[in-house]
Amino acid sequence: MQKQSVFTSRWLPWLLIAPQMAIVLAFFYWPAAQAVLQSFLMQDAFGLSTVFVRFENYKELLSEPDYFAAILRTFVFAFAIALSSLSLALLLAVMADKPLRGVALYRTLLIWPYAVAPPVAGVLWVFMLNPSLGVIAHGLRALGIDWNPLLDGNQAALLIILAAAWKQISYNFLFFLAGLQSIPKSVFEAAAIDGARPMRRFWTVTFPLLSPTIFFLIVVNIVYAFFDTFGIIDTMTRGGPAKATETLVYKVYSDGLLGGNLGGSAAQSVILMGIVIVLTGIQFRFVERKVTY
Amino acid sequence: MANVTLRNVRKTYPGGVEAIKGVDLEIGDGQFCVLVGPSGCGKSTLLRMVAGLETITSGEIDIGGRVVNAIEPADRDIAMVFQNYALYPHMTVYNNMAYGLRNRGMARPEIDRRVREAARTLEIGAMLDRKPKQLSGGQRQRVAMGRAIVRQPKVFLFDEPLSNLDAKLRIAMRVEIRKLQRRLNTTSIYVTHDQLEAMTLADILVVMNGGVVEQIGNPLAIYQKPATTFVAAFIGAPPMNLTPIDAAEATARQPDGTGAGGAILGVRPEDLALTDDAVPAGGIGYELTVEAIERVGAETFVYGTRSGAAAAVSANPGELPPGEIVVRLPGQSAPTIGARVRAVAPRDKLHLFSADGRNRLGG
Amino acid sequence: MVEREGIRRYVAHAVLWAGIAVVAFPVYLAFVASTQDNAAIANGQMSLLPGSHFLETYYRTIFVGTSGTTREPVGMMLLNSFVMAMSIALGKIAISILSAYAIVFFRFPFRMTVFWIVFITLMLPVEVRIYPTYKVAADLHLLDSYAGLALPLIASATATLLFRQFFMTVPDELLEASRIDGAGPFRFFKDTLLPLSRTNMAALFVILFIYGWNQYLWPLLITTRDDMQTIQVGIRKMIVTSDALTEWPVVMATSILAMLPPVAVVVLMQKLFVRGLVETEK
Repeated sequence: MQKQSVFTSRWLPWLLIAPQMAIVLAFFYWPAAQAVLQSFLMQDAFGLSTVFVRFENYKELLSEPDYFAAILRTFVFAFAIALSSLSLALLLAVMADKPLRGVALYRTLLIWPYAVAPPVAGVLWVFMLNPSLGVIAHGLRALGIDWNPLLDGNQAALLIILAAAWKQISYNFLFFLAGLQSIPKSVFEAAAIDGARPMRRFWTVTFPLLSPTIFFLIVVNIVYAFFDTFGIIDTMTRGGPAKATETLVYKVYSDGLLGGNLGGSAAQSVILMGIVIVLTGIQFRFVERKVTY
Repeated sequence: MANVTLRNVRKTYPGGVEAIKGVDLEIGDGQFCVLVGPSGCGKSTLLRMVAGLETITSGEIDIGGRVVNAIEPADRDIAMVFQNYALYPHMTVYNNMAYGLRNRGMARPEIDRRVREAARTLEIGAMLDRKPKQLSGGQRQRVAMGRAIVRQPKVFLFDEPLSNLDAKLRIAMRVEIRKLQRRLNTTSIYVTHDQLEAMTLADILVVMNGGVVEQIGNPLAIYQKPATTFVAAFIGAPPMNLTPIDAAEATARQPDGTGAGGAILGVRPEDLALTDDAVPAGGIGYELTVEAIERVGAETFVYGTRSGAAAAVSANPGELPPGEIVVRLPGQSAPTIGARVRAVAPRDKLHLFSADGRNRLGG
Repeated sequence: MVEREGIRRYVAHAVLWAGIAVVAFPVYLAFVASTQDNAAIANGQMSLLPGSHFLETYYRTIFVGTSGTTREPVGMMLLNSFVMAMSIALGKIAISILSAYAIVFFRFPFRMTVFWIVFITLMLPVEVRIYPTYKVAADLHLLDSYAGLALPLIASATATLLFRQFFMTVPDELLEASRIDGAGPFRFFKDTLLPLSRTNMAALFVILFIYGWNQYLWPLLITTRDDMQTIQVGIRKMIVTSDALTEWPVVMATSILAMLPPVAVVVLMQKLFVRGLVETEK
């Protein structure tokens, strides 16, 4: 796609793109290239000399059981966050799509948590579920559940998933609602005349027509679970107990904080980049289809 | 006010597509020139080249005695009315008209005087503070005209300015544009695909097809003596009846030998009459089976197929299907469908073209 | 459709109110906690109704801060967050609209290359290249500075793509009419393109402001000085591992204060927010 009519100037377009180019090159391409380069290098114990070691860093990383566990954990988190947040948001969106009184108010009251920062979400949930002073933790204890996420890794993971899914409901709700509203009402009317009852209408008409939105949101939610959960994890569990809540991004961060293995940390970054590129690629393929749809 | 002269103007796109294949055109001071042709014939491209919105591959465009090939649109002293009006959506009507004048550094009182005068002329004085979105299609059209008028340019350029209006408004605006142009006496170039608009507006009519000029002239002269079968079929509605004739008949009608390879015979629907009389000497007669009748009140169109219809003539836009003949009858009387009738025309109403349709034979 | 409309409607209202309760409860609890006495909270004796320490807690939070860990009042953090969010939003809009203008309205060599260079940045959030970016910022002496907080987060394509998309929908004739009206590249940009882009810029601003305000990992790394802390980083530092030492009312007040600006933006500019969100994700 191109404009038919344009300005001609030898220097002006370069001047216009210069600021963005400078920032993108300095803060995106240069660091990304550094990461790739570093991942092929290894420093000796004193940081005095550097050798080119090809895929040695990657091999070492992938043979580490910790790293493998982190990959698996990240995907489990992503899956759990996406599933719980999407299904709750879909339920709410279907309800809010009905011609109800006060629908605008409902919408406002449901979308604002989008603006809550991940670390804040973490703090809010930690406060509710803190074993010694949390209101909900007390309730759980009263029900006879031995609730202690500070010691129990599974409970800590559940805590992260709850807070992350909670924060993502509003985003998913918004897109589901937009998706529902873009389905022409006549389709539902036709289905009703064809004798489909409401539940059946949902599964045979609404859900299939909503599938592009669902697919899009699954990808977005996975990316969210990968990256934006950092703030939640860091405020709630700092990766613990015993690395039970350490995701890939958190591992890059904490390994880097300890310092030392520059090459290994760089290799982690590169693998993470690879995963994001694949996810984005999937999303773009989908966006293309959405355009023709 | 100015003459506009085009000398062997060509346009070739980077891909090698030739949009304009050598156009020569002379438009006198104050004349209204209409470029007409089917879509893709190059008429809009040619107009945009005059405006300076498209580069000229070769040849010269001369406005008021100055070659403008390398001059920016803003400096060519032209004004343009676009098909979609291209009004600035965020500016008021007043500012839409004043913008070009301000950019030229004109004094405020003079801008104000011109804008108000144009608004009065176009009867949009009450809308000066509105935004384009708040106007109807016809009103937007007037604002677009106003933006052109305030500039007092040497040349007005119109790119299908009426095609977004409904039929009734289009006719009203057509009359108004013509009146306005007469009063301002500004040289104008007007692009349209509507032959009726072309006929009614033009001092000079330029019929284009496939990047070349088919014919230039006074509209009535073109109607009476189309130079090619394309023009014959494009100008006039319903189009001229065109039927191929064999070499023998062609030579009989055109003894100078130009019809030795066969020819195409043309006759306008209104020149045919339904009669039982014999075909007049040198005239033509078609034996028809009536297929369809269209009564539009003042006139009636009779569509019939020829018994033993001949092979197809080249299919130009606007042409009838091969073997079909249309007759225009005054009033409302008409034969019944399925009737067999004879349509005849006298010799002096016939048009003769070469077999390829590119030349008119005999005057 | 008429079948059992009434019951369904009650069900829908009930489900929506339940949903609202779920999303709002943690925030309500935080607010309640911010108005109560720390001792009661630490003992697990917290009431579910607002207490009487509202003014006291918020005054202390904004102007004094916690006694132990953050050493700066939250007012300072709010200012830092505000400056960072504004710099990111305005900076990104400015550089993006300029480069989108060049890419759409000019023809120049390597135009598509430039487009792709920008486009690819869409794929990688700052989190994946965090340490090399930190090193660049350190080399450029940007640690503990507003420029260091904002610049790396400006290096992304979303806004450029959005403006490009919008510019493509501006009819060619508008540019042509401008040229005939004697407007060059500067005038066309200033008089026509900028006014037409107003809504898009506002929508983008809303999204980018929230994005900037909620940044966490990058500010955590690049700021070491207490007076450069953003509010998100500050909250994290207020929670100390030993529960007894955490001043929960202050932490909760800070959380409420950290939420307030972006939530206000979402609620008050809901239309722009929805538009910005949907457009940037396309």
